[in-house]
Amino acid sequence: MQFTTQRLKKSVAMAAAVGCVLGFGLTGCSTGGPSGPTIQAQAPSTVSGDIEFWHFFTDREAEVLQNAVDSFEKKYPDVHVTVKSGQDDEKMRQAIAAGQPIDVGLSYSTDQVGPLCSSGAFVDLQPFIDRDKVDMTQIAEVAQSYTAYEGKRCSLPALADTYALYYNTDMFAAAGITTPPKTLDELTDDAVKLTTFNADGSIKTLGFMPLLGYYENSEPHWAVMAQAGWLNKDGTSAVGSDAAWQKLYAWQKNLIDKLGGYKLVSDFQAGLGQEFSEQNDFQTGRVAMNIDGEFRTAFIADQAPDVKYATAPLPLAADKSKAYGAGYITGNVLGIGKGSTNPEAAWALVKYLGLDTDAQVLMGNGLKNVPTVKSALTSPDLEVSDEYKVFLEVYQNPNSQTAPASIIGSQYQTILGQFSQKWQSGDASDVASGLAEVDQQINDAVALGSMG
Amino acid sequence: MRPTTRRRGLVALAFLGPALLGMAVFFVYPLAMTVYYSFTTFNILSSPKWNDFANWKYLVGQDPLIVTAAVNTLWLIVILVPIKILGALLVAWALTRARHASGVLRTIFYLPALIPPVASTIAFVFVLNPSTGPVNQMLSLIGLRPGWFTDPAWSKPSLVGLSLWVLGDIMVIFLAALLDVPTEQLEAAELDGAGGIARFWHIIVPAIRPVLLFALVTGIINAMQMFTEPAVASGTAMGKATVGAGSSTTLGWPSNSTLTYGQLLYQRAFGSNLMGYASAMAVVMFVVTGLVMIFLLRRFSGFTAEVAR
Repeated sequence: MQFTTQRLKKSVAMAAAVGCVLGFGLTGCSTGGPSGPTIQAQAPSTVSGDIEFWHFFTDREAEVLQNAVDSFEKKYPDVHVTVKSGQDDEKMRQAIAAGQPIDVGLSYSTDQVGPLCSSGAFVDLQPFIDRDKVDMTQIAEVAQSYTAYEGKRCSLPALADTYALYYNTDMFAAAGITTPPKTLDELTDDAVKLTTFNADGSIKTLGFMPLLGYYENSEPHWAVMAQAGWLNKDGTSAVGSDAAWQKLYAWQKNLIDKLGGYKLVSDFQAGLGQEFSEQNDFQTGRVAMNIDGEFRTAFIADQAPDVKYATAPLPLAADKSKAYGAGYITGNVLGIGKGSTNPEAAWALVKYLGLDTDAQVLMGNGLKNVPTVKSALTSPDLEVSDEYKVFLEVYQNPNSQTAPASIIGSQYQTILGQFSQKWQSGDASDVASGLAEVDQQINDAVALGSMG
Repeated sequence: MRPTTRRRGLVALAFLGPALLGMAVFFVYPLAMTVYYSFTTFNILSSPKWNDFANWKYLVGQDPLIVTAAVNTLWLIVILVPIKILGALLVAWALTRARHASGVLRTIFYLPALIPPVASTIAFVFVLNPSTGPVNQMLSLIGLRPGWFTDPAWSKPSLVGLSLWVLGDIMVIFLAALLDVPTEQLEAAELDGAGGIARFWHIIVPAIRPVLLFALVTGIINAMQMFTEPAVASGTAMGKATVGAGSSTTLGWPSNSTLTYGQLLYQRAFGSNLMGYASAMAVVMFVVTGLVMIFLLRRFSGFTAEVAR
């Protein structure tokens, strides 16, 4: 059969029509959930009904959440909570986007607060907060910052992960070091003293791993040590213009060189144990100092109870020493899905898990995360060891930092991470121009994410 | 149209209906939506907003990782796929020659392919751990200590090693094809004085050409979409053999040497919330895959009825 021009035109027109119907006519289906629940003008005297609660915890940790929900149901006997555990963040976001009636969602990623808030997927909690006259000062400012986006409060913090310095006290004593490092210079000196070598010249034990990408050595965690900034108020990159980043990278390069160079250190890194196993390098004594979260105290108690260690705030650059006591803070966030069919009961659960002292203590003790409400931090029921206490102090330190919410999620961190890999391996030598390029790449991505 | 012909047409349509419906719902609709989204700013949570060609401009000139991911994927297609096919063919040929314990040998070579990819990758990375793995402990006796999945220079060759370990799936198809090669032709060629290489090129290869083409086509498609193995290998080599929270941050490690096009697409869609841009990437992948398949099928015509006869 000959394919004439007329037939071709007809076929193209038909294909275009089908494409239009499929592509545009059904566009709304993917994001066609409800526009958002409405709230009552006055706080109801009682709440009742069924709600659905999605969270990502599994196994033992899911049981801790279930205990908290059980105590909520005792307090609100007319509310029944259906708990969906083990729900990954991405799955939850897709379910909310599809209009599934998720009343309360618990997300592990503060990086997603930007899209969740700006899109309305998590509803604005400010009307609830204003109506019920919730005292937000009971939550540390940094935790308030990572649960809102561009002034819109769409979530509350529900336990924090706080990062500080772990150090092996036996190794410190053997090296004649009596106190943890408070400045980056001291960290360098201690790292060198604590590093030992094998007969073949390879590293046997390392004082401190100077490479980013290793365990919890990430740009956001290190930024605190130089009090370096990430984003400007308009969402564009501040990395290239903040001199703190350049100082931080210069310090890193110096430390790598003093420990024997990139090849030696990366060879040592190649033999690392899995971070969340018994073979974790700090737990096995391969590394004397590590940056890690408060949850490591529980891992050490469980997997390596014989390790003698202590914790301290992160060491800081010499010109930022007044901020000593700071660390990195992130955490879980709670919000009400835009498809919630029972927003008052959902708000009751969010308020309970996010602001109730007993619930916070219950979850803090069970998960070994830091409670986000100040009353829970000082509760006599909170189980606090000397090592864990440091994290409570870091959480309350006004100089502690988090990674800000962005329209492009965590991509701005990933872009800086690309530069870090080049820098530390020696593939990049000009930090200023490298960071200027990072600025450009972040700004391009932010512009793309903000279009339309 | 005559009533009989029309009735036959309707009956045929009725039989085809379920398949056509499935095609429309699970292929045509997602494809059309993907093309549409590629011209929008979209983050799943909000309605897509038309942004003209912004995603395409970013793809062509601004994405700092697109070239790296494309080159890595091309490397896998050009190096990994042929090596795996040759390896599987070699093993299958050797198994046809085995005089003893051929059943046991076939089982041994096929078994790794039965292991779920995540488990097999984790095990492989542990075996190749530069410090504690048995392979490097043996190699160190002769002064060798490759970095395998922790060294950018070794990471892609290590993925080739992994693919060779789990070549059982394609090997078993080659084995069946080789056992189906007419023995009388081989014997006749041998009587005519043809050597082993001549018999291989002029009798065996033509006989198994459809299977070779099948292996090539599926191998290239798998390589273009490769995600799981390099992702798990990167995470495990980084000491973060976890999934879920933050898993996209380990993709490509070390130094983006294992970052594939599919991984970058996933990272842009779910890590950066640039779903519109990821859709543009998906369209490119679809078009490139389609063109490669058209070229292969036209060039080698291994699936034609003529050859199948």
